[in-house]
Amino acid sequence: MSSELYNDDPIVHTPTFIDGTSVEIPELKILKQDGSIYEGSDMPDIDEILAVKVYKTLAFHRVLDERMVASQRQGRLSFYMAALGEEAASVGGAAGLKSQDMIMSQYREQGALMFRGFSLENFMNQMFSNKRDLGKGRQMPIHYGSKELNYMTISSPLGTQIPQATGYAYGQKLKGLDEVTLCYFGEGAASEGDFHAGLNMAAVQEAPVIFFCRNNGYAISTPSNEQFKGNGIASRGVGYGINTLRVDGNDILAVIKATQTARAYALKENAPVLIEAMSYRLGAHSTSDDPSGYRTREEEDKWLANDPILRMKNYLLAQNWWNEEQDKSLFEGLREKILAAVKISEKIDKPHIDTLITDVYDVPSIQLEAQLEQVKAHVNKYPQAYPFTAGKF
Amino acid sequence: MAQMNMLHAINNALDIAMSEDDSTLCFGEDVGHFGGVFRATSGLQDKYGKLRCFNTPLVEQGIIGFANGLAAQGSRPIAEIQFADYIFPAFDQIVNEAAKFRYRSGNEFDVGKLTIRSPYGGGIAGGLYHSQSPEAYFAHTPGLKVVIPRNPYQAKGLLLASIRDDNPVIFFEPKRLYRASVGEVPEEDYQLPIGKAEIVQVGSDITILAWGAQMEILQKAADLATNDGIACEVIDLRSILPWDIETIVNSVMKTGRLLVSQEAPLTAGFASEIAATIQQECFLHLESPVERVCGLDTPYPLALEKEYVADHLKVYEAIKRSINY
Repeated sequence: MSSELYNDDPIVHTPTFIDGTSVEIPELKILKQDGSIYEGSDMPDIDEILAVKVYKTLAFHRVLDERMVASQRQGRLSFYMAALGEEAASVGGAAGLKSQDMIMSQYREQGALMFRGFSLENFMNQMFSNKRDLGKGRQMPIHYGSKELNYMTISSPLGTQIPQATGYAYGQKLKGLDEVTLCYFGEGAASEGDFHAGLNMAAVQEAPVIFFCRNNGYAISTPSNEQFKGNGIASRGVGYGINTLRVDGNDILAVIKATQTARAYALKENAPVLIEAMSYRLGAHSTSDDPSGYRTREEEDKWLANDPILRMKNYLLAQNWWNEEQDKSLFEGLREKILAAVKISEKIDKPHIDTLITDVYDVPSIQLEAQLEQVKAHVNKYPQAYPFTAGKF
Repeated sequence: MAQMNMLHAINNALDIAMSEDDSTLCFGEDVGHFGGVFRATSGLQDKYGKLRCFNTPLVEQGIIGFANGLAAQGSRPIAEIQFADYIFPAFDQIVNEAAKFRYRSGNEFDVGKLTIRSPYGGGIAGGLYHSQSPEAYFAHTPGLKVVIPRNPYQAKGLLLASIRDDNPVIFFEPKRLYRASVGEVPEEDYQLPIGKAEIVQVGSDITILAWGAQMEILQKAADLATNDGIACEVIDLRSILPWDIETIVNSVMKTGRLLVSQEAPLTAGFASEIAATIQQECFLHLESPVERVCGLDTPYPLALEKEYVADHLKVYEAIKRSINY
């Protein structure tokens, strides 16, 4: 049966454009920068324990980013991607889910993994590609993943996780599980074909997936006004027939509320939701990038005043759930712990040479076994050229 | 045993796979109620419901992305790409995602339960966008398996093995043979091994090797050569990746000659990989250069299809060239 979607729409007898910017999209705000709540706000389901956990996660995120950017500058780490100024989007998204929900990320959502309890050692071992890395030292720093924590391993190609999230959520639905999938991506990645594929299929196939767009204003150097012309990413949700929310991405209470609402809806209706969180990438795209080449200090300062972590701290202080002394000791303790962890992880051996060929298939083929033997013989012949593995197999 | 054409055999394999595992799904463009443009999924929606056998929107990258997610979740997706010529929008999801899923996560996650089915190949007056044989692109991608059957019996056994294999498998179906190839096929469950070639005819003078629809052409050429007193050893490679080096090497050690034929263009086709490996493994046993009989290095033609294809006469000539070298 074909769709009768258009039958109630008005008929006109003169060509009448729909203005591409005419869709008005409300933006959810709950928490003010001074820590007070907007009047009449529909609060998320959050108590003191969760609020403090959220704040501690935000603090851990900020300090880890600071220390790892510094480590990269010192030449200890090859690469890093910080999320300065937009930590609330990832931490808040995870805080609005249940632990059994799958999270499929782009690459700047380490906050979600932190919220789920990925250990400092796990972060470090991945970044230093040592033998204790869950990913076996195969991907560049920040490509984390954990089956135990329902956090899909990150892949560099942009947007590929979007249709995958639709499929993952469809599988959850098929098995009747109390689970949804949340899929993060940036406003730049939403230009990829996979965005269209994933959202359209989620709507048609009725998959309980939450598409969470972090609109942080920039795709490396390209500002969002050179990325798309419509009213953000949220306006597209309407076109796909997907219920859509826009939220202040620096307001973590609003992010949690939006995610909790989306989760309940997705599960109940077996339908996707699109959330667009408005924020700003205060830091560089990565340690290989320098934003001073494409934007002004004044622009950055405007967003500095919207710091989501300070906003959450102000909320905790206003609730009497936190004090300055606790705050000082939290940040100091984190700096010490992270520095110590860097020193340990960077000295751990690289993965065993056999991991060159494992996990390509469930079992290495005869050809792969033969190729590995050739490499081993070669390493044995020229051990000084291969210090990571020579003498270690 | 029943007489089945290749479509019946494939449909039968899909039916068995869906009946044994509630998490097995078949989907793709027009795959649902209509049963696919070639009718390979005919009747499956009626039997297993719309949640497990359904139409998707027209978006190949979405079909495979969706399938990757399903497989990672623990379901067993069998995704159809309507023609192999249209698999390229999904290239990224296959090559960068499916193939590397297990490796890049250190085995935290995998999409081993994924099978991609797609009709490939020419000989149906399909022109440049309904005739291609893209197996070599995927053979260059570690992490994938690529399987191609030659007849209904092979199609059922290899498809069931592909669906149950714990690695992502691309299963290319020779669409020219969908209805043309008819044979005895057991109605019960059976599997044929992936990664294992099959010696279809034993011979002593030259090894001739192909896969899929090209096997029929090899056999015709071998029959012609028999009249000249040339005994061909005819081998069906069956799996392009991983491929059975041992069986081919053993045969060439015996015959001293190798001919490889493929529908796809000559340059950088899988025949080239086979030729390189065989010259390395069998160098001192070769009586003549390895022959490749392939499509031309052009897009697949329409009006001049007959001239373009590696037909039995071209293969026959190459056999004689090799023998008389």
